[in-house]
Amino acid sequence: MNFDLYGFGPALLAGTWITIQLALCSLALGLCLGLAGALAKTSPYRTLRWLGDAYSTMVRGVPELLWVLLIYYGSVGFVRELGEAIGYPELELSAFSAGVLALGLCFGAYATEVFRGALLAIPRGHREAGLALGLSRPRILFRLVLPQMWRIAIPGLGNLFMILMKDTALVSVVGLDEVMRSAQVAVTSSKQPFTFFMVAAFIYLGLTVLSMLILHFFEKRANRGFVRSAA
Amino acid sequence: MKWDVIVKWLPKLLEGAYLTLELVAIAVLVGLLIAIPLGMARASRHWYVRALPFSYIFFFRGTPLLLQLFLVYYGLAQFDAVKQGPLWPYLRDPYWCALIAMTMHTAAYIAEIIRGAIQAVPPGEVEAARSLGMSRAQTMWHIILPRAARIGLPAYSNEVILMLKASSLASTITLLELTGMARTIIARTYLPVEIFFAAGLFYLAMTFILVQVFRWLERKLRVDALQGR
Repeated sequence: MNFDLYGFGPALLAGTWITIQLALCSLALGLCLGLAGALAKTSPYRTLRWLGDAYSTMVRGVPELLWVLLIYYGSVGFVRELGEAIGYPELELSAFSAGVLALGLCFGAYATEVFRGALLAIPRGHREAGLALGLSRPRILFRLVLPQMWRIAIPGLGNLFMILMKDTALVSVVGLDEVMRSAQVAVTSSKQPFTFFMVAAFIYLGLTVLSMLILHFFEKRANRGFVRSAA
Repeated sequence: MKWDVIVKWLPKLLEGAYLTLELVAIAVLVGLLIAIPLGMARASRHWYVRALPFSYIFFFRGTPLLLQLFLVYYGLAQFDAVKQGPLWPYLRDPYWCALIAMTMHTAAYIAEIIRGAIQAVPPGEVEAARSLGMSRAQTMWHIILPRAARIGLPAYSNEVILMLKASSLASTITLLELTGMARTIIARTYLPVEIFFAAGLFYLAMTFILVQVFRWLERKLRVDALQGR
């Protein structure tokens, strides 16, 4: 085994950086979608509830890979029409943005359930107390409900993030140069598939361990002031 | 949307869906068989028994399935010993590679479910069995495992559905399961939206059926009756 990775080390590192960017961007989009979905699902309006249900059921029932492919290849016609309408005929969706859209969509659908569970865990009385104090509804949401909900939602979201981290590998199928694809490129010229895929595997393991550590920090921070019951 | 195209290619998509179901069924059943000893060892009190299953589970849960598929399908060919070995006719076949990778992948997840389930069996019930004079093996076989099976069943059904969706990755090593079939059809028709939409509906339908099957199984095994201790 050759330890400088036949000169492919920097390419793999660059791939790792793209993987991290992809994961974080999808996380940001997914959190927004998940929060919106959970609020829709718990809202008093039937249409919104129906929309939230449809979103989480539809997206969770279809494989992530299919979403990546559908968004990347399926958007070509639509984006071109949009581009012509605004005067950029060569407008197209990059593999990175297609990946962020697809993974964010999937993360959001699962996060909807996590957030919904957390929202339901906040006692009604807290909301009523806010109303009694004369706070407006958005203020109750942002100052009372959301800060308390985070603490409950973080472990669930952490699990979802671990899954998201591994799902970033799917975007290599549409040609984004993240870890998986840099490993594939290295394999084509070095003819050492096992070596390079193992290196990629250890990069993913490293990223998983790293995110576990960061999560642990967040969990500890969110739980400060709470005593764990001796169960 | 060109509905007639979807209708025209429906038989081919069905063929793909059949292969998807076949892959998933074999993977989750064989995976379960591998996972039971793995999960039991993982729940052991001795660290040297726990160590091996722990690293197996850590590796397979910490890396993407896509990577594991590639490791088996492309990676093993790097070694001449494998290429000259008796198993080579199987290991160069994408069908067997997909089965091996998916089975090993899901076994790691199921083992973790089994560990959780074994540890969730109320200690009082285990102690009751022991005090009635059952041996450790008898307790495991008659008390802990049947109890753990019911505790773990909902999580197992989740895993089966996750595997159903993960099986779409087999298309990347040229297998023509549902997603692979859809991609082949798109290469001929240039209609990604219609065909992927149809494939998505197939996945939704399969998920729905699986959910119903597990709901029936949960009723049959009276899972809910055992939840309230």
